[in-house]
Amino acid sequence: MGINFDKALGIHPDALRLRADRTKILASNLANESTPGYQARDINFSAMLSQGASGDGSLALDTGGEDLKYRVPNHPTQDGNTVELGVEQAEFSQNASDFQTSLTFLNMKFKGLAKAIGGQ
Amino acid sequence: MGGSNAMAFRMITQIAGSAMTAQTVRLNTIASNLANAQSASGTEADTYRARKPVFQAINQAGAADQLPGARVQVLDVIQSDEPLRKLHQPENPMANEQGDVFLPNVNPVAEMTDMLSASRAFETNVEVLGRVKSMQQSLLKLGEG
Repeated sequence: MGINFDKALGIHPDALRLRADRTKILASNLANESTPGYQARDINFSAMLSQGASGDGSLALDTGGEDLKYRVPNHPTQDGNTVELGVEQAEFSQNASDFQTSLTFLNMKFKGLAKAIGGQ
Repeated sequence: MGGSNAMAFRMITQIAGSAMTAQTVRLNTIASNLANAQSASGTEADTYRARKPVFQAINQAGAADQLPGARVQVLDVIQSDEPLRKLHQPENPMANEQGDVFLPNVNPVAEMTDMLSASRAFETNVEVLGRVKSMQQSLLKLGEG
């Protein structure tokens, strides 16, 4: 009877990967803050997470762009750029904290496994 | 999972770095515009004209299991076609036969606001790099206790 790591770790490895990918998308938005015509993008994290939970349990990202949504800006700009610095900064900060949370959960799982293996 | 994360982080570094390069070019043109705001010339063709970079997003396709990111590149540096300022200064050594000199079409107020915007954008990307670095470092400590 071996330990199935995929089952033991639960949703956290996938959530962590999703957070890392989302960091990249938000970093792209922040980088293109002054690019004319650039449209800010994002993923719907909770929808993707539930999609993974209802399916086979894996969170495969679709790079075809279906999962990648466009942000609806609060105010339109003359050059067609939809990046709003405050919004993106807040999302980025929240996402980074959520990444640390997933990481903490993963660490706790590992600690639990180590205890189980050690027989404590 | 680990490989894909490392790839994502490397791409973020490239993305933030490209934005910092682009904003540096922007600051460079602003410095050049402000420095030459009063550089008079005898002919219209020789007079300095305000310069401005044009940015473009380059979509970066990642590996099969990754979402695409977007870097920034400086597409071109364009010169402003606003009219030049013409002054009558016969005593100026640069003046033409009519005693006129041409001054650049630099708007110092617009340049100053653009400078603030550029340095804010630069700082934002520095913050992104710092945050990503700490995320990567804590990922490396995974399982250590």
